[in-house]
Amino acid sequence: MTVLAQTTAGQRAPFVGPPIDWYGMSPIIVLLAGALVLMVAAALTPRWPRGLYALGTVATAGASAVLFGFQWHRVDEEGPLGLVGRALNLDHFGLFVAITICIAAALAALLLDDYLRREELDGIELYALLLCSALGGVVMAMANDLIVLFLGIEILSIALYVLAAGHARRLDSQESALKYFVLGGFASAFLLYGIALVYGATGSTNLADVRAFLRAVTLLDSGLLLAGFGLLLVGLGFKIAAAPFHVWTPDVYQGAPSPVTGFMASAAKAAAFAGLLRVFTQGFVDYQKDWKPAIFVIAVATLAISSILAAVQTNVKRMLAYSSINHAGFILVGVEAVSDRGTAGSLLYLLAYAVLVLGTFAVVGLVGRTGDSDHSLARYRGLGRERPALALAFTVLLLAQAGVPLTSGFVAKFGVITAAVDARSYAIAIVAMLAAVISAYLYLRIMVSMWLADPVAGDDARERVRIPLSAGLVVVLAVGFTLVVGIAPGWAIDWARNAVPVLAAN
Amino acid sequence: MAGEFPLLTSLIVVPAAGSALVAVLSKRRPDTVRVVGLLTTVVTAALSVYLLVQFKAGADGFQFTSKHLWIEEWGISWNLGVDGISLFLVVLTGLLFPLALVGADPHHDTKPYLAWLLLLEAGVMGSFLALDLFLFFIFFEIVLVPMYFLIGGWGYGERIYAATKFFLYTMAGSALMLVAIVATVFLHRNATGVLTFDVNELASTQAIGVSAARWLFLGFAVAFAVKVPLFPLHTWLPDAHTQAPTAGSVILAGVMLKLGTYGFLRFGLYLFPEASRWFRPLFLTLAVIGILYGAVVATMQKDLKRLVAYSSVAHLGFIVLGTFAFTSQGLSGGVLQMINHGVSTGALFLLVGMIYERRHTRLISELTGLQKVAPVFAGVFTLVMLSSIGVPGLNGFVGEFLVLIGSFVTARWWTVVAATGVILAALYLLWAYQRVFHGEPDEANRSFRELNWREGLVLAPFLAAIVFVGVYPKPMLDRIEPSVKQLVAHVEQHTGFVSPEPGASGEARP
Repeated sequence: MTVLAQTTAGQRAPFVGPPIDWYGMSPIIVLLAGALVLMVAAALTPRWPRGLYALGTVATAGASAVLFGFQWHRVDEEGPLGLVGRALNLDHFGLFVAITICIAAALAALLLDDYLRREELDGIELYALLLCSALGGVVMAMANDLIVLFLGIEILSIALYVLAAGHARRLDSQESALKYFVLGGFASAFLLYGIALVYGATGSTNLADVRAFLRAVTLLDSGLLLAGFGLLLVGLGFKIAAAPFHVWTPDVYQGAPSPVTGFMASAAKAAAFAGLLRVFTQGFVDYQKDWKPAIFVIAVATLAISSILAAVQTNVKRMLAYSSINHAGFILVGVEAVSDRGTAGSLLYLLAYAVLVLGTFAVVGLVGRTGDSDHSLARYRGLGRERPALALAFTVLLLAQAGVPLTSGFVAKFGVITAAVDARSYAIAIVAMLAAVISAYLYLRIMVSMWLADPVAGDDARERVRIPLSAGLVVVLAVGFTLVVGIAPGWAIDWARNAVPVLAAN
Repeated sequence: MAGEFPLLTSLIVVPAAGSALVAVLSKRRPDTVRVVGLLTTVVTAALSVYLLVQFKAGADGFQFTSKHLWIEEWGISWNLGVDGISLFLVVLTGLLFPLALVGADPHHDTKPYLAWLLLLEAGVMGSFLALDLFLFFIFFEIVLVPMYFLIGGWGYGERIYAATKFFLYTMAGSALMLVAIVATVFLHRNATGVLTFDVNELASTQAIGVSAARWLFLGFAVAFAVKVPLFPLHTWLPDAHTQAPTAGSVILAGVMLKLGTYGFLRFGLYLFPEASRWFRPLFLTLAVIGILYGAVVATMQKDLKRLVAYSSVAHLGFIVLGTFAFTSQGLSGGVLQMINHGVSTGALFLLVGMIYERRHTRLISELTGLQKVAPVFAGVFTLVMLSSIGVPGLNGFVGEFLVLIGSFVTARWWTVVAATGVILAALYLLWAYQRVFHGEPDEANRSFRELNWREGLVLAPFLAAIVFVGVYPKPMLDRIEPSVKQLVAHVEQHTGFVSPEPGASGEARP
């Protein structure tokens, strides 16, 4: 950059790049470097023992998470700051989501290892893409500029499109990737158009500037701005899988490899929610009267549609897709509160759900057995007898998703309901709780199939469910986290409460 | 109370730990599992009896309180306490579990059965002891899970349907309660600046506005009305009871339904006295409908267990009637009747379970002449049945009588209608008894086995309780009444409702 600036110094004022806080950027750089090293080294060296790729990915995600942890302490001491000329925010909010995404990436990598072995696939590139995707998510979580947010979404999504097609021999996987790609392309277009309109209305894409402008200037005609809000909401609504932009979810979740589905439901959702929270509850906070009703409608529609449609599914992956939409509705309840409590509630929900859903898809992947194609409810029949420990673990995870006390799922639901009640949004709180009851039926059906359904002839001929080390580890970690947060949630609540977004103003 | 033995905490922790222990034991050694399970319930029972002995009679307020901060950020603590209202429910829970465990055999998968049963006990104990709204909700909700698996795993024909219905119905009720709990706490904080889930604190300040409190009361009331169950929300109960295994029915009727009536006392009247008074006609009416409807429907039943289930709807109606009478006799009668119903209906379910064990049917039409072949069994059944009908000299009479006296002075016409329910109870139970036990046994019933020692030992405590409370209820009332009087005084203080003094002239009407 400086070289370029010097050569053209004769004609124009020298271009001075913004100062780079390398230490602040280090976790992001680690993720990127990990992805590149994995890709290049794997291509240049002879085949590694399989486990090493996964180990490399876990180590990268772990190192990045640790570095994010250091930044957390730094923000504790120095306060939040902007990185790369205020393109990124280094604040607790972004770090909380970034750490969540790193955890999700590490768990997904462990699952991917087992998946690739079982399906006899090579897949070094999948690990690299997983890290890339996580990188995109982190950028979204920290973005202080709508353009940077868009960059993050694209990095995240393009890697995910390929990951969804990760099983090269399965048509379902290809189909899922194509659907995701086409619809995702539309969503990106909406988002970009929304960004353009907001820029047109406010003269900036920087969120802090946008907020300052909206605070200082009363727009005579806010049509442009509101249209921008609407389009941004559509684009982000697609990524978080909120109704009515959810229709891709069941198909994509069903077709994509189970570890990728888990990653999609955890990291991609967390990143998109981080973007939504930062853009709307911070950047556009002064216009909340205009966009809050839209969030309300979307949240109610999401909760109602997902819980009702989930009840009629017979494929477990589709059920969990609808359950994931349902959880998005719950997190939107926290967004709708537009308060620090609501943001903290949503963040806690994202963390709890990320771990829960990866544990869940770990079990789904195991029960799917070789082929990862048949996820009908009937496959779970007799799991309680064949693999009682696995079935018990799955039961804990499902009960947590249903929001039964003493699990992280309950703490998460309680957090957002508390925020909604605190903001006097009683209607949405009641709708959410009733939707939780309806969606509990879905989890009960899976449990009935595992524990209570009578065996059918031919069940014994099925392949036994094997539990490899890496997937088993993910299940154990997920269940452990679920119970620990459920029983002693104080520390997690505390972290989430600290993680309120701040927009770097200069 | 610092440094003392944490009695109430151990009442929850012992069964929970026992459940975990059973879960890790090998299922290949069912005898060890059974011994550990039984031992856990016996220790819990002993602790509950110790609590009864140590409880100071004649004192109001909470005893054995123990409070530890749990989730600071949300003002939530591990806050337990026992008073005259919850004391006997705790003791009943402690005693009913070992009896249900010995009295009914799961037939298969003993290990998970015991683990769930013990977890259930921990949950029920916690619900009765919790003095923190959050803590109460957790226990209230967690009991669904073991009960769901008990009904679904060890129940009869339609067990999965019944278990799912039970789970969703109760969860729907508590969903609204959760919102009401959070709203109560936040409205209280907005008014006083203190964020707390402590029931005593919330009740003593009464800081919430009148109309808000009425909505909140309704949120709580729906959850309790489902649990009790009150008339239009009762449809889960016959299914759950009929399909549940015997022990499940005993616990369900014996203690779990009381979570609803107990909830009305502890969280309805105590937290929202004004709203309770405002909704009083509604709940009195629903209670009376429940009494009559339960009785009439019970008369029509073909299945003995379903009959007992519907009789529960009627009996619980009496308890709600006593609760909303707002007099100390009515409330004392209601609390006493909670215990009585637990004892007599628990015993009835055990007896029906024994009939099913022997005959593999519960249809009244297929049973006949059992008195001839099993006179002792018939005798025990008679005594329990008479207790359930409310015959003087047995426990049911004391409770029902107190409820009727207590409610007559403040809710005269409701009581007049409810009193006919007493007659209906005699009708459906005696008629069923006549069809099942009288007459000549036919071929299938001739081999009906007499009560054996084990069954006799299980039933003996029930019979003893039925007679003892019927003849000498004073020790129980001595412990119940101070707390009830305090609650009535609390309601009077905050609503201007005047509860007539016992023995005062009958003119003292509000």
